[in-house]
Amino acid sequence: MTASVSTRPGTPAIELVGVVKRFGKATALDGLDLRVGRGELVGLLGPNGAGKTTTVKLLLGLVRPTAGTGSVLGAPLGDRAARTRIGYLPELFRYQPWLSAREVLGLHADLARVPKPTRHAAIEQALRRVGLHERAGDRVGGFSKGMQQRLGLAVALLGEPELILLDEPTSALDPVGRTDVRAIVRDARYRGATVILNSHLLSEVEQVCDRVVILHRGRTIAAGSLDEVVAVDGVRIRLSALTPAIEAAARSLGGATTSTDGWLTIRPLPADRIPDVVASIVAAGGRVEAVEPGRGSLESRFLELLSDDSTDGEVKAS
Amino acid sequence: MITIATLTVRELFRRRVIYVLAALTILSVVLVGWGLDRLVDLARQNQQPELNVQIGVSQVLILIAFMFSFVLAMTAAFVGAPAVGGDLESGVAYAILARPLRRAEVVVGRWLGSAVVVVAYTIASGLLAIGVAVLVSGYGPPDPLLAVAFLSGEVLVLLTLTLALGSVLPGIAAGAIAVVGFGLAWMAGVMAGVAEALGVEGLRQVADASRWILPTDGLWRGVIYGLEPPLVVLIAAGREPALANANPFYATEPPALIFVIWSIVWMALVLGAATWWFERRDL
Repeated sequence: MTASVSTRPGTPAIELVGVVKRFGKATALDGLDLRVGRGELVGLLGPNGAGKTTTVKLLLGLVRPTAGTGSVLGAPLGDRAARTRIGYLPELFRYQPWLSAREVLGLHADLARVPKPTRHAAIEQALRRVGLHERAGDRVGGFSKGMQQRLGLAVALLGEPELILLDEPTSALDPVGRTDVRAIVRDARYRGATVILNSHLLSEVEQVCDRVVILHRGRTIAAGSLDEVVAVDGVRIRLSALTPAIEAAARSLGGATTSTDGWLTIRPLPADRIPDVVASIVAAGGRVEAVEPGRGSLESRFLELLSDDSTDGEVKAS
Repeated sequence: MITIATLTVRELFRRRVIYVLAALTILSVVLVGWGLDRLVDLARQNQQPELNVQIGVSQVLILIAFMFSFVLAMTAAFVGAPAVGGDLESGVAYAILARPLRRAEVVVGRWLGSAVVVVAYTIASGLLAIGVAVLVSGYGPPDPLLAVAFLSGEVLVLLTLTLALGSVLPGIAAGAIAVVGFGLAWMAGVMAGVAEALGVEGLRQVADASRWILPTDGLWRGVIYGLEPPLVVLIAAGREPALANANPFYATEPPALIFVIWSIVWMALVLGAATWWFERRDL
């Protein structure tokens, strides 16, 4: 079904077209379309059972599509050669408890065919990157869940893969660990890797991702940059001095204004009106020090989208 | 595949399975040696002819080999059942199967690593037990290598079955089915012998077919043949061979070559079927 897609550079990192996946009577993916460009950092969001993990497994060939087609790094879904260039942290992260962290990475270096001359350096780099270098000789069986997840992250980063699939990468981590993961993910993207961050922690996705894809009932219900998914609905402007004339000028173009600590907030205000507001403030004699477009939270938009989709589903069902 | 096989051997060492098996072997061999020594001593004190002593030792050795084959069957089941299925249940398999290797490499690699360990254990402990028996009684079975080879074959068949079932079913179910199958095959073998002795053709055919469905009992006959003194074979063959064959601890001849070949083909088919299924299942 997907054999016609050949391995070729320049193609999207991930492309799924109308993918359906059924497990018996249950439909996990219901005509999923997904396109992720090379070097993008994309957050895959959705409630439990939305199809996030199935999507990731499908990209790795761990499950096969019932219908539809797709490619990963220009190769058919589940292609073995392509998997040498993919790093994966499973949602259920478990590694051989009777091996040390370094041995687990050694095993994966062999399986991922990391070249012998760079093998040692790649293992040590991955251990250091996730902060496990001091416990590298310890048996995994003695690790806390958080440390096991860090190990899983090291396994996923091993050999600098082109595509990194992280399924709930911070579920067992404390706030310090989460911050580390964000830095690691940004670093991976900086060196050119494509990263899929599968999470239901919206704040996490909001902080690091270029783009978000929201899944519900196995379908994409929203996709785009954060600005596209969560529209700009206001602005904060820092002024050296705030006078009634300036406030009146600002209010004449937008919604309600509030001021605190030298910041003037105008909401609601469409994004395309922000330059006009700034211009009118300057015309009224204001000295603008900073402008910050403001938007609603991803969480509220996410809940709104799910609610809309559920209502649509009910309407269709009835 | 070699990486997975090596990993399996390493796992069995690290999980102390091999050390436990070695300790149990030494303990059981010491007990076998002590028991045989006491029996031989008692027989000689009672002025039993040396031939009777040798026959007695051979029969005790076969009985011990039978119990040992059951222990090996359990070992094969415990090693084989979680080899593939256990990794899926724990989640360890996901990170491995996302790597660029065929699923068949996991199944065959797991089988290869487990086979190396259980066969090495069978050879070492089997030859050690026979060696100790020779040392304390002076009786040496006619073909100990043949006996150990058939015992290894029996263990491999059961390992293959358990590992194959474990890649489809939960490990505990796979182990239970394999052990029950082993017991049923042995009972069917006994029934085949009894049916032959009594001339019940239908029952003999059904029971005989079970040897081809699960070849453990057929291979067990090879173990007995390797341990049986030639004199006992001659005496039994001269009297009533069919009646003698009804005895589950007696064999007038080794399994036919075609049966040995079938046993190898059987393992390849079962492993192939497990691989085929495992390649296609969603994880």
